[in-house]
Amino acid sequence: MAALAEEQTEVAVKLEPEGPPTLLPPQAGDGAGEGGGGTTNNGPNGGGGNVAASSSAGGDGGTPKPSVAVSTVAPAGAAPVPVAAPEAGAPHDRQTLLAVLQFLRQSNLREAEEALRREARLLEEAVAGSGALGEADGANAEAAGALLSRVTASAPGPVALDPPGTGASGAAAVSGSATAPAAPGKVGNVAVEDQPDVSAVLSAYNQQGDPTMYEEYYSGLKHFIECSLDCHRAELSQLFYPLFVHMYLELVYNQHENEAKSFFEKFHGDQECYYQDDLRVLSSLTKKEHMKGNETMLDFRTSKFVLRISRDSYQLLKRHLQEKQNNQIWNIVQEHLYIDIFDGMPRSKQQIDAMVGSLAGEAKREANKSKVFFGLLKEPEIEVPLDDEDEEGENEEGKPKKKKPKKDSIGSKSKKQDPNAPPQNRIPLPELKDSDKLDKIMNMKETTKRVRLGPDCLPSICFYTFLNAYQGLTAVDVTDDSSLIAGGFADSTVRVWSVTPKKLRSVKQAADKESDDVLERIMDEKTASELKILYGHSGPVYGASFSPDRNYLLSSSEDGTVRLWSLQTFTCLVGYKGHNYPVWDTQFSPYGYYFVSGGHDRVARLWATDHYQPLRIFAGHLADVNCTRFHPNSNYVATGSADRTVRLWDVLNGNCVRVFTGHKGPIHSLTFSPNGRFLATGATDGRVLLWDIGHGLMVGELKGHTDTVCSLRFSRDGEILASGSMDNTVRLWDAVKAFEDLETDDFTTATGHINLPENSQELLLGTYMTKSTPVVHLHFTRRNLVLAAGAYSPQ
Amino acid sequence: GLHLSTLGHPSGEGRRGCRMAEEKKLKLSNTVLPSESMKVVAESMGIAQIQEDTCQLLTDEVSYRIKEIAQDALKFMHMGKRQKLTTSDIDYALKLKNVEPLYGFHAQEFIPFRFASGGGRELYFYEEKEVDLSDIINTPLPRVPLDVCLKAHWLSIEGCQPAIPENPPPGNLLHAQNIPPHSALLPYISCHSPDPCMTPFPSAPKEQQKAEATEPLKSAKPGQEEDGPLKGKGQGTASADGKGKEKKAPPLLEGAPLRLKPRSIHELSVEQQLYYKEITEACVGSCEAKRAEALQSIATDPGLYQMLPRFSTFISEGVRVNVVQNNLALLIYLMRMVKALMDNPTLYLEKYVHELIPAVMTCIVSRQLCLRPDVDNHWALRDFAARLVAQICKHFSTTTNNIQSRITKTFTKSWVDEKTPWTTRYGSIAGLAELGHDVIKTLILPRLQQEGERIRGVLDGPVLSNIDRIGADHVQSLLLKHCAPVLAKLRPPPDNQDAYRAEFGSLGPLLCSHVVKARAQAALQAQQVNRTTLTITQPRPTLTLSQAPQPGPRTPGLLKVPGSITLPVQTLVSTRASAPPQPSPPPTKFIVMSSSSASSTQQVLSLSTSAPGSGSTTTSPVTTTVPSVQPIVKLVSTATTAPPSTAPSGPGSVQKYIVVSLPTTGEGKGGPTSHPSPAPPQSSAPSPLGGSTLCGGKLETGDSSPPAPGTPKANGSQPPGPGSPQPAP
Repeated sequence: MAALAEEQTEVAVKLEPEGPPTLLPPQAGDGAGEGGGGTTNNGPNGGGGNVAASSSAGGDGGTPKPSVAVSTVAPAGAAPVPVAAPEAGAPHDRQTLLAVLQFLRQSNLREAEEALRREARLLEEAVAGSGALGEADGANAEAAGALLSRVTASAPGPVALDPPGTGASGAAAVSGSATAPAAPGKVGNVAVEDQPDVSAVLSAYNQQGDPTMYEEYYSGLKHFIECSLDCHRAELSQLFYPLFVHMYLELVYNQHENEAKSFFEKFHGDQECYYQDDLRVLSSLTKKEHMKGNETMLDFRTSKFVLRISRDSYQLLKRHLQEKQNNQIWNIVQEHLYIDIFDGMPRSKQQIDAMVGSLAGEAKREANKSKVFFGLLKEPEIEVPLDDEDEEGENEEGKPKKKKPKKDSIGSKSKKQDPNAPPQNRIPLPELKDSDKLDKIMNMKETTKRVRLGPDCLPSICFYTFLNAYQGLTAVDVTDDSSLIAGGFADSTVRVWSVTPKKLRSVKQAADKESDDVLERIMDEKTASELKILYGHSGPVYGASFSPDRNYLLSSSEDGTVRLWSLQTFTCLVGYKGHNYPVWDTQFSPYGYYFVSGGHDRVARLWATDHYQPLRIFAGHLADVNCTRFHPNSNYVATGSADRTVRLWDVLNGNCVRVFTGHKGPIHSLTFSPNGRFLATGATDGRVLLWDIGHGLMVGELKGHTDTVCSLRFSRDGEILASGSMDNTVRLWDAVKAFEDLETDDFTTATGHINLPENSQELLLGTYMTKSTPVVHLHFTRRNLVLAAGAYSPQ
Repeated sequence: GLHLSTLGHPSGEGRRGCRMAEEKKLKLSNTVLPSESMKVVAESMGIAQIQEDTCQLLTDEVSYRIKEIAQDALKFMHMGKRQKLTTSDIDYALKLKNVEPLYGFHAQEFIPFRFASGGGRELYFYEEKEVDLSDIINTPLPRVPLDVCLKAHWLSIEGCQPAIPENPPPGNLLHAQNIPPHSALLPYISCHSPDPCMTPFPSAPKEQQKAEATEPLKSAKPGQEEDGPLKGKGQGTASADGKGKEKKAPPLLEGAPLRLKPRSIHELSVEQQLYYKEITEACVGSCEAKRAEALQSIATDPGLYQMLPRFSTFISEGVRVNVVQNNLALLIYLMRMVKALMDNPTLYLEKYVHELIPAVMTCIVSRQLCLRPDVDNHWALRDFAARLVAQICKHFSTTTNNIQSRITKTFTKSWVDEKTPWTTRYGSIAGLAELGHDVIKTLILPRLQQEGERIRGVLDGPVLSNIDRIGADHVQSLLLKHCAPVLAKLRPPPDNQDAYRAEFGSLGPLLCSHVVKARAQAALQAQQVNRTTLTITQPRPTLTLSQAPQPGPRTPGLLKVPGSITLPVQTLVSTRASAPPQPSPPPTKFIVMSSSSASSTQQVLSLSTSAPGSGSTTTSPVTTTVPSVQPIVKLVSTATTAPPSTAPSGPGSVQKYIVVSLPTTGEGKGGPTSHPSPAPPQSSAPSPLGGSTLCGGKLETGDSSPPAPGTPKANGSQPPGPGSPQPAP
């Protein structure tokens, strides 16, 4: 674990030099932008070799990288949302900052330290100020976070990302948001220097009572809660787990090993079953030294566990603790828990159970209040030639390329602007090329032949089995037009198959550019084959994604890189470095150009293909980011994590705009509905949860799978949700019904109390068992045929 | 090796921990490595003295780190979409922590650790053999593994899962993962096809096959049984998954029109065709080893139901052709195929019985089955087929199809007919006799006198035809064999030769002596019961499992019981019914069961058939006693001099033992070694029965000896010629 901790500081170092550039954005920004621009020019045009080389050269050095830096700060500390949206990570950031300072000093980077400190002081002041102002509810630090974001909110709102064509200043956008903190000068000093070490993070456990009394405290509280009224009991029971953990950690930290052990033995059985994984980690942690590197425990300590309790229940608890003089517990409640108090009826056990389960408790209500533009972008007007409807219809091979995956039926939406859609130019998107337009036309033609799915008309499923993969298949992707399949393998290779009669061909060295059919002529017939193998990674390939125009393929790997491959030359164009740890997933934006990656370093990064540095870093997850998906309008990115939360990030400013809790296991699959309103997520617990993005609410739970759900996909029109799992089944669910009577009333929206119907069985339309083949990927063709893929793994 | 020994512990503990965690109260015992491990490691590093508390500290630390690594490794397993943790996962987890991976452990499928204990110490170690480099250099390179390839199939078509080999057997959701690795024939197939997933053929559960067979109206396509609301489409397969809330299929007549089952045409996939070809060729080919494999495959593979019509036709056509050509060997092979099909627990044969019964019946009663009726042992085939018919009756006879009564009628008719040749006569009697004691009592016993006269006419009269003599002789011994046990039950003890003669005519004296033998055997049985150490609680007092006294020399694993049956030497060819009846104990069946693992206890299962008052029971004692065991029956014969006998044995007498070896698993469908497989005849075609001159002197001893077809006085449980396993009567 020590290694990881170190790595974190290292990441921080990378942020830190950006401190100064943020203040002086233009110059620094330019430099970086230009570097990126160079790549752009080379990359797509096919000069693969150079780009790869240059990017790898620039990869990792200690050079200050403005763009990266700023964007990291942005999501975490400076949230430029007008409404205060307190970040869960606020206190955590401060500690990180301290750690960074510490590190800088040790590394003799005086200048950088100075710069950062200047910056940090502003932050600290903000914190201090907020402390004075806000005493909204019991929890102080949360208010501090809110204030912090309020301060930063004064920054100018909309920031332009660089349009891909111009290739210029990626850093400019970044700097825009980063200048925000500079504006409000503030009073007060916070002694940054007081905190000596990273281990300071843990020092909060210093305060200790009599170790032998812990069990008494805990059982006292337990007795109180169990004897309380039914309506309060469920709510107060939420306290058990965080208290248990913190008390145990306190004991361990203060080196009362035996007491800790007996405490654990005595009470771990009371905890909810979905915390077992964490408990297992806890049980192995018996010494103070162990705590230092343990990420899970660091998370616990540095992020406040969020509980939502009704005011009545909270008063009850408070009174009890005060009466009993149970200061030990009271301190923990004060320091380590964030209690989100609401007025009204206490929630039922079921309501609570639906929402809890994540590493850091529930999402705060405020976390899901910000506006999300979940509508789809307007489709560009394209004239559809009406002449040859059925000319190309039957054979897929002749199809020109098409642009947008996951689009709703085109006829309906191209007419008028969706009221929930973001402004068309909120995120700069690449312009349509001729080939893209051609592809769109093709897509529309296909759309007319699309099968209308429903409970009465289930899709056929074509299963692509990877044979002889020897359990080594780790990722699969299918192009939107279903002509290519890519597989990522544990042996570091990426393999691309053509599933149509059209073979895969490389571009020739030289060709006659004048001829009419140059696109055909440049292809080298000698290289034609059904399968191309891409070599380059040095570890298992965990993620793969085709670009919408089918010219590129992305792959992410255990070796910490994301690679961009050309499907014209079948060579690697760029290796994007930055994660340093295994990259679990990557995906292209539905409009191309951007892509997102997420990995073991617990952040997701937004990249543009022509920048070798990320444009945004989405930080906030408390554990690995397992999967990443773009919203169909490309303005948002959803990430699923091993901390059992799903977050939605705004690409524009890097803010976390939604935190969804409720899964009881690491999340392994995500998908947006084609209309952009809903999100479906699947986890190791075998459940699929459905979320209403606009309201930020859970709207459904699909139970049926018995193992990790590793693939999810909506049909093209969103009527059917297909889910594939490690339990070797594909299941089809009635998505229309799942979303139909979703009359979200104001009360539910306001309180976030949800009542899920128990209707999984009614929604399940079909279960299809494969033969010892986990379903790794699912895809709906443009005509709504399901393609599923997985590797046959004999038992 | 040393630190591996330390690694071994947590993995075991971890597994245990996981299992515990499934219970509500999870047992998270904080397992740590023993501190001795630290000492051992330290010693290996050259640190001699290490203090106890240092060890303790180290232990705690190392245990914690190992657990941490294990947790990270799990992460890699999950992201790799696997269910099994591999050594590379651990390597990556180490890499994550900047620790150099443990090179050299690349276990594809198994954990390389071995376990040893002794002197109170437990050790996990990695078995490293010394390898001679020249061996490696000189061995030819192994074949390159097949490359990854992509294959598409329909998992579902508009909501219904097609029953194709690529999909798991319909309705078999729960067991779909457990399709056993296939028969040894697989190599043949998989070298044709790069596709390992295609070889396990799907199997439909018997119930479904039955449903299809018996209620064609109800069974639509799999997955579509619920033809009411269309919503139910495709959920049919899932309903087996225990979906309690699922609405069950609506009553058949409700609303939706009845759907007639379309005539199903079983398309065989390429792999299935190859399999069919391999199997049938092996079954009738000349290589006995292949045949054994093929038959085993037929008898065990769960996915054959689609090929069943083909097999059935193959057999019936084959019999038709080969009877005409008098090809005894092939007929035997075909009957063994029938037997194997019958043995396959996953097949529901009812649909094909109408094709199989005529074929089997032909092999019982056909006038001529071989080219040289005087020499070839077609009798064994008739016995074997008769037993098959009895088995078919037992399984498929119902009050509606009346199979048994129709078969009985057929046999009786051909037996009663005066002009029936001896061969057919023999077959008819054998067929009837196998149907059970009741049939013997009602149909055979009344005709004994008449039949005895006819036999006497041939044996004692002028020698007209050698073939007739042989036939009559066989019929006689057959009658004696089957009737004696029944009579022993029916008649009160004092066995008077005259009384027998009065009742049964010329067969009377012989019959009497056989009955006496049977009784004596029962008495011996009773004696043994007294010494029983292991008694199976069984309502019938006669059926006991006893630890037999072992006076004779015995080889380990092969149990020889000195038989109390002493039979005069009788060769097959020259048997004479007039052999002087000896005062020997009545025939008893000895089934010596020896567990196939040599060390386990060996049991002698003695079956006495002379229990009074249970004459009507025809159930098979062995199968009831040891229900899940399908014994391998081998015939071991020794020269007369070999075993000391408890009973007086005449000079030149032969003793026969039936050695039944139990599969260790105790499970009928065990591994290939323990599976009851037809013992190969020693010589291949054309005479699989070893020329059928099986006299006492020629009987061979040993495991691989061909099964000797029953001598006239052999016991009922003796296997017939082809040596197929036969459940005891």
